[in-house]
Amino acid sequence: MPEIRNYTLNFGPQHPAAHGVLRLVLEMDGEVIQRADPHIGLLHRATEKLAESKPYNQSIGYMDRLDYVSMMCNEHGYVSAIEKLLGITPPLRAQYIRVMFDEITRILNHLMWLGAHGLDIGAMTVFLYCFREREDLMDCYEAVSGARMHATYYRPGGVYRDLPGQMPRYQESSFRTAQEVATLNANRQGSLLDFIEDFTRRFPARVDEYETLLTDNRIWKQRTVGIGVVEPDRALQLGFSGPMLRGSGIAWDLRKKQAYEVYDRLDFDIPVGVNGDCYDRYLVRVEEMRQSNRLIKQCVDWLKANPGPVMLDDRKVAPPKREDMKEDMEALIHHFKLFTEGYNVPEGEVYAAVEAPKGEFGVYMISDGANKPYRVKIRAPGFSHLASINEMARGHMLADVVAIIGTQDIVFGEIDR
Amino acid sequence: MATEDRLEQFRIRFADFLSHSEVALGECTLEPHPTEASEVLLALRDEFGFEQLADLCGVDYSAYGKGEWATDETTTKGFSRGVREGAPGRAARIVSQFQDAVPGGARFAVVYHLLSIAHNERVRVRVFAPDDELPVVSSVTAIWASADWYEREAFDLFGIVFEGHPDLRRILTDYGFIGHPFRKDFPLNGHVEMRYDPERGRVVYEPVGIEPRVLVPRVIRKDHRYLDTASQSQGAGNA
Repeated sequence: MPEIRNYTLNFGPQHPAAHGVLRLVLEMDGEVIQRADPHIGLLHRATEKLAESKPYNQSIGYMDRLDYVSMMCNEHGYVSAIEKLLGITPPLRAQYIRVMFDEITRILNHLMWLGAHGLDIGAMTVFLYCFREREDLMDCYEAVSGARMHATYYRPGGVYRDLPGQMPRYQESSFRTAQEVATLNANRQGSLLDFIEDFTRRFPARVDEYETLLTDNRIWKQRTVGIGVVEPDRALQLGFSGPMLRGSGIAWDLRKKQAYEVYDRLDFDIPVGVNGDCYDRYLVRVEEMRQSNRLIKQCVDWLKANPGPVMLDDRKVAPPKREDMKEDMEALIHHFKLFTEGYNVPEGEVYAAVEAPKGEFGVYMISDGANKPYRVKIRAPGFSHLASINEMARGHMLADVVAIIGTQDIVFGEIDR
Repeated sequence: MATEDRLEQFRIRFADFLSHSEVALGECTLEPHPTEASEVLLALRDEFGFEQLADLCGVDYSAYGKGEWATDETTTKGFSRGVREGAPGRAARIVSQFQDAVPGGARFAVVYHLLSIAHNERVRVRVFAPDDELPVVSSVTAIWASADWYEREAFDLFGIVFEGHPDLRRILTDYGFIGHPFRKDFPLNGHVEMRYDPERGRVVYEPVGIEPRVLVPRVIRKDHRYLDTASQSQGAGNA
């Protein structure tokens, strides 16, 4: 009899299904996983240390680059920690704008997740479908902040500026004829809110399309049903949050339970799984997209009816108007001081969490009274999810590891920080 | 239940175990003595229903209330003082300042954020490591499985040793990394830089070529724009 030994396999760091730079050392018995040891940190940029050396507002941009597929939710966690320390509340319109963009971000994230997860375990088409809708939402990001991904749009005390009155349109060029441009611009004639409203009308049918491709698909079910099952009490022990926790049947959502901004005024449901496997988590996320769409619709209706300020009128945290600076000496001084030195935050510590698309995104901030944070700790949801991969993958086949990485919605920007 | 009432319950239950406890900004913080910390944490899970460890992190308190630009010399002007060798503001000088300034046993702390899903509550627990030279805190991996990687991270970034952790390895930094980068005396631009050496045909590590200097903007603690906050601030300011 030949001797049979355990096999050690290096998965990644440059593997298309590793979702970034994950180096996974797998100990295998034949094709069955005995032990999975993720080596992370290849994308470690010391975001927290960088944030400790800068005035508060200069780190907002770093937050986009943490979980780089749910940008504005990260900003939200960071600015709400500062707001809690400062004891300020943004104007109501800013809160609605934030909720609307948080939900747009959730759809963006889940579309990216669905496409990549599908691609990993054998569904090519859904990736292309998802990117079609992502494009529209990216345009919303661009319209409001000028950047398609790293928006840096939220500020302590509100958002950077009000929603634009006109949706940017495509221009005619050597690549696009006038007829093509007219088709592309058909739903861009009005304001950004009109464009988003049009999107919310189209989107449910699009989700139906994804579901037609996957939900009853035999191959999809073979790859996901019964894979990576997590019992509810284990999910709590392992520090799960977001869809990973809800997929195991625990109805926990910070938007409902510890409502922030205006979530308590809005109507939405929390989908919950039953079996805690990859398929249930897929169903939960798809339903979350539908619920997000509902939330966006409600926000659009409110925002259309209620104009108002989107930033606190507090010269300590918000810059003065451009026009004022031309005339008013005080305004000029405020502007200069705010952008060179920032503002002081009272001594204290705070933990602020938001329900990011991947789970609880928390920011623990200690201020020693200076114009920069003393310590910033980012609680990234993916970190504790990936930590559980050894437990989730043990006993499964090699190909199932890919499904489990996919279902955990791993993004290395937030795990490595 | 209101956070204040909850704090009162904690005080009754953990009467002798706590060195400090407070409610600030609506958040409850407990500081047990290091020796009794694991007992308190276990009781929080089993008796108070904090079934989830949401976050665990290390904190280095050695530079609390200090600024890199602080100077006791007559002139406070000019950027050169951050650049000239031996000038206040230079990294080496700050490190020595920190070492003098910290009283024993208060430099490193581990902060736990616990979440109770059953009661919809949060609590923060801070445990100071008794020794600054070799900070040791007992591990909570047996209480919450999610502590595994969080403790590895705190060990990696702050050098806090977790007694009883099954597999305390570095997690975020490079293989063979030396030092603990999130300590306040670790310079922001690090100690070594890496490049590909075409002659040797491999990646080499070299000491950083950048002049060490203060990279952070001026630290402001007193702000004369807002008189009310200026009177409240603790006056540890500079320049």
